[in-house]
Amino acid sequence: MAEERRQKLCSVILPTESMKAMAESVGVGSLQEDSCLALSEEVSYRIKEIAQDALKFMHHGKRRKLTTGDIDHALKLKNVEPLYGFQSQEFIPFRFASGGGRELHFYEEKEVDLSDIINTPLPRVPLDVSLKAHWLSIDGVQPAIPENPPPVPKEQQKTDSTEPLKAVKPGQEEEGSIQTKGQGASSAEVKGKEKMRMKPRSTHELSVEQQLYYKEITEACVGSCEAKRAVCVCVCSQGPKFKEFCLALFIRCNIMNSKYTTKHLLFPLHELIPAVVTCIVSKQLCLRPDVDNHWALRDFAARLMAQSCKTFSTTTNNIQSRITKTFTKALLDDKTQWTTRYGCIAGLAELGHDVIKTLIIPRLSVEGARIKAVMDGPVVSNIDKIGADHVQSLLLKHCASVVAKTRPLPDMVDQYKVDYGYLGTMLCSHVVKARAQAAFQAQTVNRTTLTITQPRPTLSVSQSGLSTSSGSRAPSIIKVPSSLTLMSTRPGTPTQPSPPATKYIVMATSAGAASTQQVITLSSSQSGSPVTSTVPSTPTSLQPLVKLESGNTGAVSGSRPLQKYIVVSLPSSSSSLENKSSSVLPSSTSPISMESAVKLERSESPAANTQSH
Amino acid sequence: MAAVQDGPMELDTEKETKPEILSDGTSKLSGNTASGTLSSSPLTAGGAPKQEDQQTLIAVLQFLRRNKLSESVEILRREAGLEDQEDSQTLDGSGGGKGDRDGGEANSLLSRVSITSAAAPQSTLTPITVKRANEQLDVSVVLSAYSQQGDPSLYQVYYSGLKNFIESVLDCHRAELSQLFYPLFVHMYLELVYNNHENEAKAFFEKFGGDQECYYQDDLRVLCGLTKKEHLKGNEVLLDFRTSRFVLRISRDSYQLLKRHLQERHNNQIWNIIQEHLYIDIFDGMPRSKSQIDSMSGSFAGEARREVNKVKVFHGLLKEPEIEVPLDDEEDEAENEEGKPKKKKTKKDSMGSKSKKQDPNAPQQNRIPLPELKDSDKLDKIMYMKESTKRIRLGPENLPSICFYSFLNAYQGLTAVDFTDDSSLLAGGFADSTVRIWSVTPKKLRKVKSAGELNLIDKESDDVLERIMDEKTASESKILCGHSGPVYSVSFSPDRNYLLSSSEDGTVRLWSLQTFTCLVGYKGHNYPVWDTHFSPFGYYFVSGGHDRVARLWATDHYQPLRIFAGHLADVTCTRFHPNSNYVATGSTDRTIRLWDVLNGNCVRIFTGHKGPVHSLAFSPNGKFLASGSTDGRVLLWDIGHGLMIGELKGHTDTIYALKFSRDGEILASGSMDNTVRLWDSTKAFDDVETDDFTAATGHIHLPDNSQELLLGTYHSKSTPVTHLHFTRRNLLLAAGGYSSQ
Repeated sequence: MAEERRQKLCSVILPTESMKAMAESVGVGSLQEDSCLALSEEVSYRIKEIAQDALKFMHHGKRRKLTTGDIDHALKLKNVEPLYGFQSQEFIPFRFASGGGRELHFYEEKEVDLSDIINTPLPRVPLDVSLKAHWLSIDGVQPAIPENPPPVPKEQQKTDSTEPLKAVKPGQEEEGSIQTKGQGASSAEVKGKEKMRMKPRSTHELSVEQQLYYKEITEACVGSCEAKRAVCVCVCSQGPKFKEFCLALFIRCNIMNSKYTTKHLLFPLHELIPAVVTCIVSKQLCLRPDVDNHWALRDFAARLMAQSCKTFSTTTNNIQSRITKTFTKALLDDKTQWTTRYGCIAGLAELGHDVIKTLIIPRLSVEGARIKAVMDGPVVSNIDKIGADHVQSLLLKHCASVVAKTRPLPDMVDQYKVDYGYLGTMLCSHVVKARAQAAFQAQTVNRTTLTITQPRPTLSVSQSGLSTSSGSRAPSIIKVPSSLTLMSTRPGTPTQPSPPATKYIVMATSAGAASTQQVITLSSSQSGSPVTSTVPSTPTSLQPLVKLESGNTGAVSGSRPLQKYIVVSLPSSSSSLENKSSSVLPSSTSPISMESAVKLERSESPAANTQSH
Repeated sequence: MAAVQDGPMELDTEKETKPEILSDGTSKLSGNTASGTLSSSPLTAGGAPKQEDQQTLIAVLQFLRRNKLSESVEILRREAGLEDQEDSQTLDGSGGGKGDRDGGEANSLLSRVSITSAAAPQSTLTPITVKRANEQLDVSVVLSAYSQQGDPSLYQVYYSGLKNFIESVLDCHRAELSQLFYPLFVHMYLELVYNNHENEAKAFFEKFGGDQECYYQDDLRVLCGLTKKEHLKGNEVLLDFRTSRFVLRISRDSYQLLKRHLQERHNNQIWNIIQEHLYIDIFDGMPRSKSQIDSMSGSFAGEARREVNKVKVFHGLLKEPEIEVPLDDEEDEAENEEGKPKKKKTKKDSMGSKSKKQDPNAPQQNRIPLPELKDSDKLDKIMYMKESTKRIRLGPENLPSICFYSFLNAYQGLTAVDFTDDSSLLAGGFADSTVRIWSVTPKKLRKVKSAGELNLIDKESDDVLERIMDEKTASESKILCGHSGPVYSVSFSPDRNYLLSSSEDGTVRLWSLQTFTCLVGYKGHNYPVWDTHFSPFGYYFVSGGHDRVARLWATDHYQPLRIFAGHLADVTCTRFHPNSNYVATGSTDRTIRLWDVLNGNCVRIFTGHKGPVHSLAFSPNGKFLASGSTDGRVLLWDIGHGLMIGELKGHTDTIYALKFSRDGEILASGSMDNTVRLWDSTKAFDDVETDDFTAATGHIHLPDNSQELLLGTYHSKSTPVTHLHFTRRNLLLAAGGYSSQ
């Protein structure tokens, strides 16, 4: 190899044609072939010599790039007049020309009109050299500040985020060794799974006053009163006393939308993220996991996580790949509970299509086999079954859209089975539907001007005790203009296993006026009181949220022709994909209630205008 | 003890200039400049009683005649008195003129140095200089050695015959004899080229060029471009290869083996080359292993001869001047500033008491004349001692904090950086020929007022030092313009009054930091000056450049006091030993040399680098030297024994900055690869087991423990590290120009 290169080096001499061309340019007409050869050898040697000298100047100039200046200095060393005119540091504008069977590279010197130069405005003065100091290391540890490079090099970060499995392996070993030493508690937050298992659930003893305070704040937060909420946020961010449970509160409550996280940044990220991750992957979030709808909380937390990643992830803190790593690691573990598994998948899926493509889809067959084992196998426990069911629907929901986009037609069930295992059949049907939906949507897009994506921040969790107790408050919540309430016709009892809550986003369009987006959750586990969250917004602020996705849009015309409602059923935590894509009005309970709700809303809306944002 | 002489140094200067002229003249490129230089400088050469010098003179005369410089011939003839003139006469001429000039510019500083300058003639010339002068008498003479030759077509046979032989010998000898390959290859190739066997030469190169060790790549690249006899003439690199005998160190057994083989085969061609062009340093004992050889080889002219490194080097530190350190420094700080420390109760500082005992390795205090301490220097010493009591003790468990100074918008133009010892000022040299100075403390930089304004100041007032400063000129940075080419190094004087800068334009400039103007331009290197460095005691400085010599200067002499000649390629970096009696130089010929300031002798040659040496650092105790090169390795050297004692691998690009912490426990290295690395130097120095045998032969087993010694790697954001500096409290400062890509 080296030999080859040297051979090449040795034999590289300028072509004799160049000599001829140069001779012609200085007026020597005919040059003999022999002289050309001799000249080209000599010239090549001298050029090499100069290049070698120029390298010295580059080294002493502490650069990696050879510049024309270096060549000039090398020429000066040899007592040769430097070349004038090549002042470009970066780009040397050689031009190529051929003709008469000869090829030539030359430097084009244009004639310049001086008056042009004089009349052109002066270019901006380059910035002056300045000095900036920062800490490269403090007592041997490099601080993670923007002035320093990210702790992990960019290539590493790339592989980390695309293939966390690889990076996980050494980490696991390391963790194992740490744990044997009994220092597990000090290991980083990223390896949080083990740590969480060890960390005892902390109980806070609250005085009566504190309990009252807590209740007040909770109510204010959960309530729809923006002003109250703002005050609340303010209070909470100032008083560190309740920090911990306020944090939990904020996550549980619907308040953590983008507005608050960006505006107030209530808690430093390192305090926020563990709490959010807990909400996503914790084994048990509520007292009756078989009954309570903790899946929704996981969904919401996952969305919040994804949002924080988008907002705060930089190359320095590298949140996204760390989170990805955490999730993937838990997902890989065979002993992971279904609840945690669900959380991991949800968390990953929310991070975007690419993540789904690289991390979830390859695991489909494995997860499928696992689900199959639970579904078809002997009845182990109800909890496992529910968990597996949720995971399955979650996987189908997220993967179908991605597969529909990436996988080429046709969709053959058998092929799907081969590729994705147990879930293949179902996935295939989902994909077919997703495609059909997309096609349908492509048509509707032309007609409808407003389309809706899953609005990230809007989600309500319905099983908290607070909201159950405030059932009577339901009408009063709705204080936002043109908001809707959907009443469930079938009040459920808390003791029954709750069917998945179904959400609707209702978009009201009133001829160019401010539109309101709103999410309504119907949960049969509630005593008839749906929790409604509204995101009133002007078109401008709404804009980022509204994107076309492979969701499903349908229109239900209201009573007045002026206003048009588009009701979108959101794939909530547990609503299956069939629901989502099958019809315009998906839920079995909804068709009747929807209409009634619309009517109800009509009557109430004028009074609610006062609190508009 | 010998005295410092000015006269002999003049001789050195001339000697050094001559070879340059000769080579230039024959290369037909710079005949005019050469003669210009010659006639413009007063000829004071000659006078040395040695035979070689007369030969040199004759050669010069011949050269002058050939170039029709009859006037110069006359002058030289007259001055040298030709042939049999006694040296006293010449010395009268040259020494007298020198004396006058000295008298003219005599001042306090000079008197410190040249007290003895009127003394008797001293005939100790640097032997290397003389040798060089002889060797380069005439290029054609030098090259004619190649004329005798065998059949060019048989060269490949010879070489492959030897190759087969070496590959068939016992393992223990093979490694040693393999050293022969490279020098033989080069010489055979050059012989072929010299005798106009171009095609054979090319074939020879293609066949065996790939066999050579990878660290000779750069030389081979030069070599392969060289295919004609005419090319040989102008090429200094090859000329040097030819004139300096390549040194090989081979055990007696291996040598006998080789000799027997060559005699059996009647392989005279190779035997001639070995006899004429190689220097084989035969030692008794076990043959060295491959790794041992590899660690020492790589230099341009082979390893250092053993006897070169036998000279005693006084590497100990000079005794600290006794300064009474005020005891209650906290309370009476203000008064100390006034400069009345002697009234206070004094205590013996720990540093002071240590230096009471004379280090057995230390040179005599007045071995070379050093400037006397001024009051301001004493104040600074006191400040230094105070600071050093607050110094953080570093170690593997206690790594320093690093503060990084990035130069923004430098557009890759930052070429050199230096900090003052007290870390208050920062100087940067730039490719656009400017030098900029920043104050990194809140204290702004102010000029002294103009002469007219100074007249108005009440000189009796207490705050006269404050009053002479012009408040209007206060700014955070100042620009010094004067050079006409990129500035390649900057160096602050220890007292912070001066700044040196060296540049592509061949000059070293001395700047005043009071007036921010240029005081002197030292001309001597006619080619780019790559590095310059102030002595730790001020007054002296050393510079090295493309002309392959390092020069020792005193700030008040416009001509160099010493010329250190011997490197075979550019002198890329220069450093003063902490006791100021020695100067270390690193070179593109991949060696490091240590020079005695007193007599200009080369006292150490360190080989082992595989690329040009770009950074040097002495340990604070003066015992060790660290060097970094383009190959990304840091090598550690024991100066006393003349041994390599460590190799620190880890960097992936040229190391431009090296610095020991104030206590010498941490070595910091900064590189083009945008990292600062910290090494455990204490451990590196302790790990070496130097028994008598290794010390005697210089065969050292290097432990491959770079990873254990590496204490930390700190990446910067695409900012190559140009300079490193430990503050007096052991905070590490790094500097470099941010290059946005």
